[in-house]
Amino acid sequence: MAAKPKLCYFRGRGRMESIRWLLAAAGVEFEEEFIETREQYEKLQKDGRLLFGQVPLVEMDGMVLTQTKAILSYLAAKYDLYGKDLKERVRVDMYADGTLDLMMMIALAAFKTPGEKEENLALVVKKAKTCYFPAFEKILKDHGEDFLVGNKFSWADVQLLEAILMVEELDASVLSDFPLLKAFKTRISSIPTIKKFLQPGSQRKLPPDSHYVKTVRKVLQL
Amino acid sequence: MAAKPKLHYPNGRGRMESVRWVLAAAGVEVSWLGWRRGEVPVVCWSALSPLGCLEGAVQGQTQFDEEFLETKDQLQKLQDGNHLLFQQVPMVEIDGMKLVQTRSILHYIADKHHLFGKDLKERTLIDMYVEGTLDLLELIIMHPFLKPDDQQKEVVNMAQKAIIRYFPVFEKVLRDHGQRFLVGNQLSLADIILLQTILALEEKIPNILSAFPHLQEFTVKISNIPTIKKFLEPGSKKKPPPDDIYVRTVYNLFMP
Repeated sequence: MAAKPKLCYFRGRGRMESIRWLLAAAGVEFEEEFIETREQYEKLQKDGRLLFGQVPLVEMDGMVLTQTKAILSYLAAKYDLYGKDLKERVRVDMYADGTLDLMMMIALAAFKTPGEKEENLALVVKKAKTCYFPAFEKILKDHGEDFLVGNKFSWADVQLLEAILMVEELDASVLSDFPLLKAFKTRISSIPTIKKFLQPGSQRKLPPDSHYVKTVRKVLQL
Repeated sequence: MAAKPKLHYPNGRGRMESVRWVLAAAGVEVSWLGWRRGEVPVVCWSALSPLGCLEGAVQGQTQFDEEFLETKDQLQKLQDGNHLLFQQVPMVEIDGMKLVQTRSILHYIADKHHLFGKDLKERTLIDMYVEGTLDLLELIIMHPFLKPDDQQKEVVNMAQKAIIRYFPVFEKVLRDHGQRFLVGNQLSLADIILLQTILALEEKIPNILSAFPHLQEFTVKISNIPTIKKFLEPGSKKKPPPDDIYVRTVYNLFMP
């Protein structure tokens, strides 16, 4: 029997959270090794497990994977969450990539000074409301289907739900002008694997707090 | 026959340059459609061989158009007309779709033209290499938009990252398998993006490859692939390094 995927990252969301979401959505159990000290990090580097000296790191199927987007694409392909052909795949890719950009802005904001952080997070909410959410609302409206691409659950749906929930943490009313996204959120949240991941006690991580930021700064010497 | 692909971006490198590189390498030529004058050269069809290398056999070239964004009005028109999924460029019209998000565009072209390895494992390895290289290229893309005082410091940072973090990895890959290409003994997206990045860095730091003999050899070999060689010649659609006009255009287009 194949060993469970092993994730190596800080104990927090950052660049690993989307990977946790996708594994969970696919119903795949995984283990986590949390980086807490500089020494641990240097050991990972010395052991040659980090291709470009960076985490996230995911070890699975006999491979040592780094680079968030490469890992996500691999998982999407492996668990059949990437559309049925090249045209569907590129749509899944675009939608996932766009939502990742938005979520990255949130992840990076945690490391800014308090004033900059507020400004950046306000910008995220603005971008969500003016660029991203309208795009997805229109996609759902135009085809009237339950899922973003090809009438089938895909990586793009997982990412969008993750992004919606993250932006709602910043502004609870952000979906007020997007009725189809509201329905989408309810629908995708009730998929059994995702419902499980959304319950307390799952491996979903909390928003970044000062302890998390301090740990990352210390380990990466930022 | 499918309509010609069309690239929408300012007249300069930025995030679209990787797309131009990959289209060119795949034997697909980008042709220039100026804002005030048009030019539509002869069209013939070309395809990369399944082995992924056009060694000494350059067939015809498919034409591509470029529409250069010069004014805010043009950008507004694209946005209002719902042509830009997330209101951003790059955007490439291809095969009846309007593709955005640079990585997605690159993946699509790579898939279409057999530049993504032979199976999922090779694909993922190529993807990892491309992602790393694009992180390095990002520093180059952002460089002209830094404050003048920060620009020199950033060149030092780029050089350090290249020499300490990225180049040793690729040098080792090439040394260990002794093959011409990074993955699976055939041309892939990883080779093209790495060459693009090396040449862009060399423009700023001419001796950047001095400690990497395999990368030096790689640079020569990949540059000599017929489609890439053509792209590297004057008169191709490869864009020059960003100048003040390009920087000003970008500010005018994208600043609120």
